[in-house]
Parts: sequence; C-alpha cells; structure tokens
Amino acid sequence: MKVKKEQKPMDKGKKLQSIEELESLQQQAFDRYDPLRKRVRICMTGCLAHGADKVRDALVEELENQGMSKDIDLVETGCFGFCAKAPVVAIDPEDIHYQRVKPEDAGEIVSETLGKGNIIDRLVYFDKKANKRLPYTQDIPFYKRQVKHVLRNCGRIDPKRIDHYLLNDGYKALAKVITSLSPEEVIEMIKKSGLRGRGGGGFRTGLKWEICRRAAGSPKYLICNADEGDPGAFMDRGLLEGDPHSVLEGMLIGAYALGARFGYVYVRAEYPIAIDHLKIALNELKSLGLLGDNILGKDFSFHLKLKEGAGAFVCGEETALMASIEGKRGMPRPRPPFPAHKGLWGKPTNINNVETFGNVPLIILNGSEEYTRLGTEKSKGTKIFALAGRVNNTGLVEIPMGTSLRDIIFDIGGGIPKGRTFKAVQLGGPSGGCIPGDHLDVPIDYDSLINLGAIMGSGGMVVMDSANCMIDVARFFLEFIQIESCGKCIPCRIGTKRMLEILVRITEGEGKEEDISLLKELAEGIKITALCGLGQTAPNPVLSTIRYFLDEYKEHIFEKRCPASVCVPLIKFEVNRELCKKCGICKKVCPVGAVSWEKKMPAVIDKNICIKCKTCIENCPAQAIQ
Amino acid sequence: MDGKKIVLSINGKEITCGLNKTILDVVRENGIQIPTLCDCKNLAPFGACRLCLVEIEGIPKLITACSTIAVKGMKIRTESERIDKSRRFIVELLLSDHPFDCMFCEQAGTCPLQDLAYEYGMKNIRFPGEKRATITDDTNPFIERDNSKCILCGRCVRVCDEIQGVGAIGFIDRGFQTRIGTPFDRNLDCEFCGQCVASCPVGALTAKPSKQKGRIWQTRSVKTICPYCGCGCNLTLHVRDNKIISVTSDPDTLNEGYLCSKGRFGCDYVHHPDRLQYPLIKKDGQFIRSSWEQALTLVAMKFKEIKEQHGNDSLAGLSSAKCTNEENYLFQKFIRAVLGTNNVDHCARL
Amino acid sequence: MSNLDITYISQILTGYKSMKGALIPVLQEVQNHYTYIPEPAVDLIAEALNISPSEIYGVLTFYTQFYTQPEGKYTIKLCRGTACHVKGSKSILEAIERKLGIRVGETTKDDLFTLRIVACLGACAVAPVMMVNGDYYGELTLEKIEGIFDELQAKECKSAKT
Repeated sequence: MKVKKEQKPMDKGKKLQSIEELESLQQQAFDRYDPLRKRVRICMTGCLAHGADKVRDALVEELENQGMSKDIDLVETGCFGFCAKAPVVAIDPEDIHYQRVKPEDAGEIVSETLGKGNIIDRLVYFDKKANKRLPYTQDIPFYKRQVKHVLRNCGRIDPKRIDHYLLNDGYKALAKVITSLSPEEVIEMIKKSGLRGRGGGGFRTGLKWEICRRAAGSPKYLICNADEGDPGAFMDRGLLEGDPHSVLEGMLIGAYALGARFGYVYVRAEYPIAIDHLKIALNELKSLGLLGDNILGKDFSFHLKLKEGAGAFVCGEETALMASIEGKRGMPRPRPPFPAHKGLWGKPTNINNVETFGNVPLIILNGSEEYTRLGTEKSKGTKIFALAGRVNNTGLVEIPMGTSLRDIIFDIGGGIPKGRTFKAVQLGGPSGGCIPGDHLDVPIDYDSLINLGAIMGSGGMVVMDSANCMIDVARFFLEFIQIESCGKCIPCRIGTKRMLEILVRITEGEGKEEDISLLKELAEGIKITALCGLGQTAPNPVLSTIRYFLDEYKEHIFEKRCPASVCVPLIKFEVNRELCKKCGICKKVCPVGAVSWEKKMPAVIDKNICIKCKTCIENCPAQAIQ
Repeated sequence: MDGKKIVLSINGKEITCGLNKTILDVVRENGIQIPTLCDCKNLAPFGACRLCLVEIEGIPKLITACSTIAVKGMKIRTESERIDKSRRFIVELLLSDHPFDCMFCEQAGTCPLQDLAYEYGMKNIRFPGEKRATITDDTNPFIERDNSKCILCGRCVRVCDEIQGVGAIGFIDRGFQTRIGTPFDRNLDCEFCGQCVASCPVGALTAKPSKQKGRIWQTRSVKTICPYCGCGCNLTLHVRDNKIISVTSDPDTLNEGYLCSKGRFGCDYVHHPDRLQYPLIKKDGQFIRSSWEQALTLVAMKFKEIKEQHGNDSLAGLSSAKCTNEENYLFQKFIRAVLGTNNVDHCARL
Repeated sequence: MSNLDITYISQILTGYKSMKGALIPVLQEVQNHYTYIPEPAVDLIAEALNISPSEIYGVLTFYTQFYTQPEGKYTIKLCRGTACHVKGSKSILEAIERKLGIRVGETTKDDLFTLRIVACLGACAVAPVMMVNGDYYGELTLEKIEGIFDELQAKECKSAKT
C-alpha cells in the first residue's frame, strides 16, 4: 500500500561538515513545515496489536478515493500513550483524538472530519465523571495530568524520519554541546540536573559519567541498555519506537562527554518495531555524518552499532549485557571491577538505560536548573510509567517525580474496571514489590518506593484488583526468576527454586505452618549472598506480599482457601448463591458447557464437565464462583 | 618482583602485602581460612559459589574475596555472624540439591562440600526440594560424570578452556537446569587429560580406573616423576596394598598439578602381568631370565661384532622421549663416541 | 537433517570472520534462515570463528531465542509478562494447548504451529497478548483464541488444496 507522506524527504547522502550545515538542515525542515496543514496521525506501533495497519490502509484508500491525498498528510507515529483506546488516530491542527478506530470508520473520518471539520461523536473519548464527550487530546484526563517531556515527540512525529525530529529541536542539544561546551561542562550540567538512572537503580548519571571519563584505558565504550526485560514494562519500547532520535542524541552527547569512541544499543529481540526504527535512524545519522569520524567537522568521533538481544532477562544486568555483546552466555560477573573501569572487552564502559538518554538532550537544551524544577528533592524530572494490568486506561504515562500513585492509577488511569476494587500495584518488575491501597498517596520517587518495599525500577506499573491473588503473583515472579536465572550462583539458582517450591505448595493447598518463616529466611539469605542485582532483588516480590498481604498467605496455608479464586486447587468451582447475580454470563462463556442456568436462577456448575479453566470466574461480575 | 607493599587490616590485625593481589590470596598468605568451592589456582576468579564472602568496612554488601583486589587501607573481616550465616545458607542450599551418598562417593574424604557439611553439622535440610537428575556419560574409559553431584563451580569448564585451551565441555541451559556437558550431549571426545577430574571439588567428575579401588585414607602417597616423557611431571601415586590405585599431581610442583592422559590414567602397566621386570635372553626360541650383567655383556658383544664386520655406520641409535635430557645427551654421546656413528635420532622428531 | 544445505552458513560466515563478538549475530542469521540452529552449523561456526563447539552450544542453550529443532510454519509467542498474567494469560495458554494439542516448546504434528512463551512482549497495555509470526494479537479471550486458530487452520487447508 502506497502511503502519502507529509513532506518530501530531504536530500540524503550528503554528510554534514559543520554546525552551520546542521543548522541549515534544521531550517530546511522548519521552512517546509506548515503548522496549519491538515494531518492525520496514526499510531503504527503499539496500536498494531489492534489492527492499526488496516485502519491506516483504509485511511490511505479513502483519502485517495475522496481526492484529498494531495492536501492531507498521513503521519505514521509512535505511541500516543493511550493504549487502552487503540487504535488511536489524531487529526491536526485541532488535535482531535479518535479512539478505537476501525477500518470502517476511515471513510467518515475523511469525509466528515477532514473534509467538513465535523467531529464524529462515537469515536470521541467519553468522560463518565463529567458525563460529556471530550474530542480534543488536551482535555482528556488521561493526558491532562501528564507532563510529556521525554515523550514529547511520541505520537506526534514520524519516528522513521529525521526531519520530523529536527523540526522539534532535534540535534540542537548536540550542536550546543559540540560548539560551546567542554566534556567536563556537559558532565557538570548532568550532575547539576540531578538526573538518576531510569533503568532501576537510580544511580546518579552525572557521577557515573564522571567516573568513566576519568577511568584509564582506551577506547571507551558507551552502551544504551534497551534490554527492557521487566515483564509489565514497555516505556523503553515506546520511546525507541516513537522517538529513537532523542535517545540517539542523548547517546551522542554522552559519547562526547565521556570520550567514548564506540557504542552499542543493546535491544531486546522481542521488540521488532523498535529495532526497525533504530536501524532507520542509525542509517540516517550515518548518511548525514552525525555518526562516524569527525562529526560535524569536529574532533569528535562516535561509531554506534545495534545489537539485538537473544532472549535473556538477566542481560539487563550490566556485566551480563556486556558478556552478551561479546558473544558469550549472559552470566554476570562479580563487581568490582566495575564496568566504568573494566567493561566491554576489558575497556572502560558506561551503560545507561533508554529513558536516561532520552532525558539528556532536554537537560542540555533547557539547562539543569529548568530541569530540576520538576520532581522531588532527590528525584528530579519526570518518569515514564507503563500502566498496565487491571486498570481502565492502560498505556504509557509520563509524570513529574513526586506524583502520587493514586493520581496515576485513579486520575490518569481512570481506576479499576468491571466495578472491582483496587488491591495492589506492582512496581519494578521481578526486583520490585507490591504496594497496597494504604500507601497510594505517597509521592513517587526513588527513595519513597524503597521505603515501601518496592523500587522505581524501569517503570512497569501493574495494577491488581480484588480478583488477583497475591500469592499467585509472588509465585508468578519466582517462576519468572527461575526461568531467567543464569544459573551461575547458588543462591539464585537453588534458593529461588526452593522459594518457588514453597509458593507452589501454598497455592496448591499443601502449605505448611513454617512456610512463611522459611520464605523469609530464604529471601534474606538470597538478598545477601546472590551475585548480581537480579538475584539480590529476586525475593522482593515475595517479601513485599508477605509484608502487606500476610492474611492472604495465612488463608491459603491454614484455611486452604484462595479468597481471590485464582489458585485452582483451592477453588471449589461452586456458585455462591448469595453473591450470584443470576446474570448467566458464566453459562455463556463456559467453553465446555458445564454451567446450567435459567433466567432468575443462580447458576450451577457440573464438576464432572468442568475443566477448571476459570473463564467463568474471570467473567463473573460478582465474584460469586468460589 | 615489584617491591611495593600496601598495608591493610584483616580481622582487626594490620597486615602488609604485595600489590594487585586478591583479598583471598592475602587472607590465605596470612594463614586465615576462608571456605571456597569455585576458586581454583591459575583460573580467573569466577565468583559463583559465594562462600568466600567477606565484609569490607564502608561497603554495605558482602564482597567475594576471590574476585576483589586488596587495596591500601582496606578493613576486611573474614568472620562475623552475617558471614557465618551466609556460608551456612549456601552450604544448606547446595546440599538441598545434592545426593546424600557420601558413603558411595569416590570423592569422600577429599570433598570440600562434605567437609563443610560436617563442620556445620548439616544433617537436616530445612528446604528439601527437587534435585537434578543424574546424567552419566559411560562411553569413555577414563572419566565418569554424575551431574547430580555437580555444584556448577565451573572449574572443569574453565580449566579445559583457560589452561588446556580445548573447550571440550561447557555450561548448558540456564537456571536450575544449568549443567555441564558437551555440545548436543555428544559423547565426550577429547584427549582425556583428566584436568577436569582433577579440578572437580566434588564427586561429579571422577576417574573410572580408580573406581571402588580404595578410599583416600586407605592409601599411601608416593611422590615420583612421570616415566612417560622427558617433561618430568610430578606425580603423586596413591598406593593401596602395594598397588597404584590413582594418580594425582600436586599443584605446587613444576607442572602445577597438570598432567596428560598418560600420566594421569596410564599407570596400569605397572601391575600388568606382561610387564618386563628383568632382562630376558632368547635361546632356542625361548626367553630365558637373565641378570643385567649377562644381558649387557651380550649386547656389547653383539655391537662389537657388527661394528667389526659391517663398519660403524651399520649401527644407529634411536632415543626415547621417555628419557630425560641428561639421558638423551649421554645416549647420543655413547652412539657418537663409543659406537662411532652419527646415526642417532629421537622419537620426538619423527 | 541429512539433506541440509549448509552452503548458506558458509556464506554468512565470510562476513563475520574478523568481527568481535560475532557469535550471537551469526546464530541469529543462521536461525532466521533455517528456523533453528542445525547441529552441523555449530561445528562450521566453531571452525570459522575459532570458538569451541561447546561454547557455542552453551550460548545457544542460554538464550531463549535459539532453537535446536525446526520451527513450525507459525511460531506462537504467548506473552507471560506480569500484566498478561494478572489478566489471565495462564488460562489463554491452557486454551492454546488444548486447541492445538501441544505443550509449550512443542510443534504440532502437521508442522504448522510451534507454541512458545516469552517473558514479555512489551505490549502490556493490550494484555493478554501474543504474537504469531510477527503479527500482534491483543486483549485475547478464549473465544478470540478459537477464532484466530480456526482462521489460520482454514487458511492452511485452503492453500494445501490449491
């Protein structure tokens, strides 16, 4: 399918020899841009899971058929953030927001909205609280509370086109750094901004850069850790797919500051679109001479390669990641020596995560002081979260540090669906913890979350409701860790296996009185003795669920009961006649016809037919099947 | 030698040591014991067994002594409640995935895991669970493999790679299922130097020829030099009832404990019934036992006869790699000066 | 395996001989071509890159992306991430297993489908989610599963007949 692009791409193949040539390229992009021109933006990343490609094809066809393809541009963008309403389409210049768009809607969008300027009500966000339709992006509560700094271009520009990035101050920070700042001054700016690593640990980025700059040895390597392995996290995916150049610009600035000559972007193989967009961006940079030797005619060279991961969570750990780039099994090694001194191929190496690099151009362009205006005392700037799980508005969210969990889950996230109640939110993936309702008002920053037994992590935020079993969640994470453990050190290899075995028996009704204290003991031992960060933090999901949901553990162990009706061996698969709303949904959804129900009568499950697939439980509006 | 020294403290005691040494080296130099399983002389630090954890003032986490370089002013503690608890924890975990069959295990008596279990009195494992299955490779005559006993210290893999440069075995899979093996689980097909067996701290890799021949405490050690070649590797023969039941080599000798397959597995000829133990002279198609004097006289006589009848160059000498350099020197001297020919060569040149 | 054409492997290898850290990209290319890493490939790669076959085998068994058996025509990658888990991906997994009659890691007898689970696809907002040969399917339900596989099977039947 032929897609009409917004503007003609710029002259390619000519390497930029100076800052002036870069500036003139930026000017060209600016001159060609008409802010009042009508454009249709459609997310061609996350929304693909909901058939965005078919919607795009339909839009292209309709534009063609209705003779508007010359006047209206179709822009394929990255993620808008509001994945719950996928596929999402926006119309400029008004920034009309259409959601859940189907290919059948294309004709009407073209004729009504693009042709006549009319808004199509059924595609517009409906705010239940205010009881009104909100057609413009800026009014929708999901976006209203957010501060999109790092994600400023996501969903707005075509990530496959460098001119779109240039148009939005792209590579201006790089130009500033090369023309007017020494490497030390760049590091000083990053230090002053208070930027902390967005990958999980929250180490101060400026300090990290300084250590590596001062380390003896050459060449130095700069690595972008895009091995976003935390299940339930997709911030880095969103940023790489939607605005790869902002990350690459951050890397170029980092390379300049550290004196790194070579670099790698290490991306998960599970992110084909991110890989594709990065490849395009890297090729564009190479052909413009923004990567390679003597960038912009200056004494600054940086060679950047893409490395695809091969499927190992542990490769998010720095030493394992480097082993993987070297072509080895991704087994971490003890530290010290730290990567800053002995990293990739024994040379000084600095590794930052995708979002961290995404922050760098902003700090350089707007200054450290401006950057520190947002955030808390010890955590500055914004943080991107991937909001998922049992929450209405799933998607990608960027908020200032210090926003409360309640604001994110209930204001931005729109609360819990199906009329259920909030139970916990899991942060930080397998290294993090579950935070219950009592602590939702705590302002989020690195330190407050640690106090709550969770971690900031990379930003995965999975919401759980009353139909989620916390022991099952703990078991899920331990299963994950067991699959992903590299097997090198004893505490992680055997210790987490033993923890998992205990959790399995608890969820299967075989729990023993001493199990909770055994779990705690194993957890403490593993924390102290494991080799790498993955192992040391692996017990966190268990510890935090014991801390906040001890009663639920006890119900499983002593009463052999799973209050959330998740643990199959503990479910009787009986309908509680008092709770049953007599709606018959269970009969409708049962794949094997085990449910009998008649109007105004409670349902009955035939246990001889039932295959315990839990479809009825998942669909029951009253949680009546126990 | 670099004369530079640094001062640091171990367990409150001030200590002077050389530069660029690991904490483990320094601690051991000072006669302090730290248990280790994955540490192995001459191999790069691995940091997997987590037993050598020590406390360093100012660092909240425990640090592995094997992989950390000792630096000036470091305050190291090798004993504390936290360290002791951690070590016990590790041993208990290892034992939870280990067959309790020391009574049948070839390694009994020289097994550091057995020693630790004994020391900690670890009879009851509080978290029993799944154990890995036994995979035994039985197709070669030298090495027996029992993965259920493997503690994945990686010493075998590392010695095969780092020292032998062979890489016959490697880590396979990951997580709890990690194991040591050959690519696609083919039969082990290497030179069978047995370095892997020697470096295995537990009973996962054992020497087949020694199986069930005797416990370490039932044997007497005899130090000797390998008779196979001129390298002169040091051997320690383990002898029971005047029979060699196994051969090891001390790591503190010239050959650093490394042997080849002949030295390690090739001592069975000693007790072979066909072994020549005295000179034999053939008479009327029959070998007759004789004395060295008789035999050498006969040989000398025959040399003389040949020389006189056919000339010096009708003789030639071929020497053996089993001889030492000195012996080889004497041999060529004998051929040249006594037999009077330059027809002399050595099997290693062929 | 006996009639495996190994010329492609030799072709790939010429481009990587002097590259540092070439092993994983080489394995990725080999797998892209053959859908798995054939045993003879390991020995060829070992020779070309001067790495022992045991190290290569160690690497390919470490990373979940590499397979040592041929894949079916369709590889199903079901996400087992946190968000998918709390939205019932375990039931989805069981449903696929029932539907196709295979367990995770197995391939159907007709060589059409291989079922795999992945740690996280990063499409958590549309959980539970799976990928079939590069196409995403989000907000899966047991009903949707039936439909998706019925459609794929029907498509294959049709193409087999023609």
